[in-house]
This record gives sequence, structure tokens and C-alpha cells, in this order.
Amino acid sequence: MLRGKQTWWFENRPVITGVGTVVGPDEGEGPLAADFDLVHPELDMQQKSWEKAERLLMEQASDFAIQSSGLQKEELQYYVGGDLMNQIISSSFAARDLGLPYIGVFGACSTSMETLALAAQLVNSGSAHHVLAGTCSHNCTVEKQFRFPTEYGSQKPPTAQYTVTGAGAAIVSESGQGPVVTSATIGKIVDLGVTDPFNMGAAMAPAAVDTITQHFNDTGRTPADYDLIVTGDLAGVGHPIAKDLLTRSGVPMEKTVFGDCGLMVFDVSKQKVQAGGSGCGCSAVVTYGHLLKRIAKGELQRILVVATGALLSPLSYQQGETIPCVAHAVSIERKG
Amino acid sequence: MFKGTTMSAKEYKAFAQVREPSRSIFSNCLKAFLVGGAICTFGQLIQNLYMTYLKMSETQAGNPTVATLILISVILTSLGVYDKLAQWAGAGSAVPVTGFANSMCSAALEYRSEGLVLGVGGNMFKLAGSVIVFGTVAAFFVGIAHLILGTGGQ
Amino acid sequence: MQFLWAFLVGGGICVIGQLMFDVLKLTPAHTMSALVVAGAIIDGLGWYEPLIDFAGAGATVPITSFGNALVHGALTELHDSGWIGIITGIFKVTSAGISAAIIFSFLAALIVRPKG
Repeated sequence: MLRGKQTWWFENRPVITGVGTVVGPDEGEGPLAADFDLVHPELDMQQKSWEKAERLLMEQASDFAIQSSGLQKEELQYYVGGDLMNQIISSSFAARDLGLPYIGVFGACSTSMETLALAAQLVNSGSAHHVLAGTCSHNCTVEKQFRFPTEYGSQKPPTAQYTVTGAGAAIVSESGQGPVVTSATIGKIVDLGVTDPFNMGAAMAPAAVDTITQHFNDTGRTPADYDLIVTGDLAGVGHPIAKDLLTRSGVPMEKTVFGDCGLMVFDVSKQKVQAGGSGCGCSAVVTYGHLLKRIAKGELQRILVVATGALLSPLSYQQGETIPCVAHAVSIERKG
Repeated sequence: MFKGTTMSAKEYKAFAQVREPSRSIFSNCLKAFLVGGAICTFGQLIQNLYMTYLKMSETQAGNPTVATLILISVILTSLGVYDKLAQWAGAGSAVPVTGFANSMCSAALEYRSEGLVLGVGGNMFKLAGSVIVFGTVAAFFVGIAHLILGTGGQ
Repeated sequence: MQFLWAFLVGGGICVIGQLMFDVLKLTPAHTMSALVVAGAIIDGLGWYEPLIDFAGAGATVPITSFGNALVHGALTELHDSGWIGIITGIFKVTSAGISAAIIFSFLAALIVRPKG
């Protein structure tokens, strides 16, 4: 059901019945390591290329999600997925192995919540019984495609972010045990003229602020209604900017806990990750691996995850374009 | 009802700039100076060794010295340590000829997964290409300038 | 003494590169291209060879010497063979460096995989 301008209200309360998270070695050394289903000790995961390794992450995360839901693969109607690779090959090849009807989307680092929102909408509207939503990213495939060959000696500035090597998948069902997806606000593109691809945080912050504000306006909720609001990967530079912008707009963020997945997945003070984590996998593994566990334990009752994405391409940057960004917000609540 | 951000692009640029962690320019330059100087000094040492033990003159020793530095850079890139050094040293590891070799070797290693011909062959000059193109074009114009001014070469 | 000047001049050229990274916010490709062109122009003015005599490897190791070598090749051939030399001579001096880089990089790609 549409609420306000751009928010879906899921009155039939679709449930997240299964999740799977698989990460790489750097995330395995981070503070949330114990929350993930599988930690790979090496970045190549014994595959012949970085791209094949990313694909493996997505396949394994999907398998864990299906396993934890107790469902058979044949009971799923759709797989909604996306990633950062050209032509989203990681998701498409994972979809080939899953053999499910496939909806491929590109939302850059906002894909986790974009796919979750779509999955919840399909289930809520009676268009599916069970939908698999997933996304992944790999540090080396992103460096190779968007920046430099991985062994190239370039000096990253302190505003740069470190792409998470990880995949997160969730199964959304009509009924069952698990946290409930209650609403989703689909963001619009916001571009305030940032051109530096090594400062994504600053580029994406306005998009997060726009979507968060719109979410509150559409649902009539306020920050106090949430135990925790997290952004996907604004990290050390973008998150304070977003906080500032929200305060200036009169949004009382101090009434809730406002965090960021990019600052949670790594220990920014110890690991060499510059401003913090980024990538499609960042918000996916933190949400599905860590935050949902806290909801299950009863530590959190209602959270809002705002995944942020920078929709540039290596070419658009070279042609002098600015970085258009988007943010999608999904509210998840404890059942009962 | 909350009102969203009403900043213009220009205002936001200034807003974000103030909140950007500043690069420690002085310490970066110091590190670049130390590493760059060290690599050049090492190059001098190698050149002197060629001159002493292989009885080469200064001009003759130039090429083997450069080739030796390139080999060392390729080895360090292949061992996966050159990029770690570069994060600390910045221009100190990028500006010497070792940085040039690193740019070619890293591209060759990375694109091996796309095959030898299209991958390695087609991408080896991905980063170094600009340097070669601009160097060649500059040399051409300098040559033309000398031709026109009649100072025809040294 | 020779080592001291190699260290100081080599380090100094790297500092210029670092300033281009941090102050001018140029990419590595732009910075290296600019330094090569600078080396070419300086040799065109006849000032790079004296720098090499003075600083040794401090002037031959940085990428600026690549521009110097390209111009040297062009001008030497211009002097020896006339105007066609501007084109035929460019890669004469630098061929060792470029060939070494290509050959060693190729061999490395045959036996090693990137570590990320």
C-alpha cells in the first residue's frame, strides 16, 4: 500500500524467514566477525579470478539463507539481486545456479535495501509466497573495475572507503518466524555536485538525508519511534555530514541511536580502511548478520536501515560528471 | 513535516569541504622525500657497482641500472608489497621509474584472468600509457622547436 | 657526496609529485604525465644533462628522466640524420627501460597472481 509520496506500507507484514552472510578475511578481523555464517581466510577463495570469488560469495550466502529458512529452493518464486560489477554479472551468474525467476537491479551500495524492499513488496502484494533478496561485493573486483589494479601503488586519501568483501541474502515470506519488514521508502536520485570518487561519503550523505526525511514525512513517524537508524556506508566522512544536515533540517536524530554499517563492520582505528567500509555487501552483511540477530535477541525492537549508493561509472567520472546518489530505507521490526 | 536539505551544490561543496579530514601534506611530503630519495640513492649504488665491477662507463651503466630497478620493482609488485609501501610513501614510490614498472606489472598481473593476449597484452599499458603518449608527444614538439629555432640537437 | 645529492634531488622531485597529489589533487596518471612532459621541456632547454652530472641517479631514476631520454633520442637523431630524426630517434635511448618493463611484467603475469 502506498503511504505518502514514495513509501510502501506492508500491511500484510512479510517476514524475513532466513538469512545468510559470507565475508572475506578483513571482515573476519572486524568487530562483527562472529555474526557471519562463513569467513573466508583468503581473498581469492581458491577461485581463478576475483570475479569468480565474488560469485562464490553470493552463491554461498544464498545457500545459507535457504538453509536457515527451512524451505526448499523450489518453494521460492523469485530472486531479486544486484551488485557493483558491470552488467551485474555476480548476481546473474548466481541466479543461473539458483535457477529461480530473476529480477536484476542496479543500486550500487543501496542494493541491499532496494532488493529487500522489492522482495517485501512482492510478498506483501500477494505476487509471491517466498522471495530471495541478495547482494554482494568484493574488494578486488571493485578496485579493478572502478579504480586501479590491486597491486598498483596508489596512495588512498583519508576520505576513501574500503569495499567490503561480503554477500548477504535474505528470504522474505508471507508468514513464519522472524523479524517483520514493515515499510520501505524508495529514494530518488540526489546529486549535490560532488565529483570526487574518493569521497563517496560526502556524495551520498544528501541522498540519505532526503530519504530519511521523506520516510518520516510519509509514515508520520519520528526518530524516537526507532531504536536504531543506520546508514549503509556513509562511513567516517559522510555520516557526520548526514547527522549535521538532519539536525539543520530540524529532524531530532538525538532521540534515537544513529549509526552507520561502514563504521560497524571494520575497526576503523586498527584496520587500514581509511574512512570505513563501503560496497553492496557492507549494509547487507551488517543488517542480515548482525542487526537481525540483535532483533531476535530482543535488544532492538524496530530499526530503519538506509542503504546508500553512488551511481557513477568509471566512464562518467572520466567525462567530468558529478556523482548522482540514491538511498533506500527499510524498516524492520521484531515480531509480536 | 520535516523539510529536507535546501542547500545548493555550491553551498554543499563548501559544507562538505570543511568536514573533510585534511591530508597531512607535510608528513606526506616528508615520507615521499625519504622514500624517493632512498630509491634514487639505491639506484646510484647500483650504477656505481656496475661501473666498478663490470667496468662500465657512466653512460654504459645507465641502461642496466634502470633495468635492474625495474626488475626489483616487478618482484616487489609480484610479492604484493609494492602497494603496501605506496600507501605510506605516496609519490616517493610512484615517481621513480620503479613506479612506472609497478604500474605495468600490476596491470599485467591483474588482467591475466582475461587471458594473455586480450588481458595481459591488451591492458598492460592501462596506467603507463598516458606517460608514454605524453612523453612522446612532448619530445616531438621539443624536437620541432629545435628544428625551427635551428638549434638542431646537442 | 654523490649519494647525498642523489638523495636530495631524487627526494625533491618526489616531493613535487606529492604536492601534485595532495594540493592540486591530480591523479597519478596526470601527475606522472606532467612530470614526464616537464622532463622533456627541461631537456629541450638543455638543463637536464647538467642536473644529471650533478645529481647522478637523483635525476636519472625519477620519471622525469624518461622525458629527458625521449627528447635526447629525438635531438641526437635530428642532429645526425636531419628532420626525420625527430620521429625515428624518440625511443632510441629509452628502449631499454620500456623493453625491460614489458618483458619482466609479462613474465611475472605468467607465474604470479595478484594478492589483492
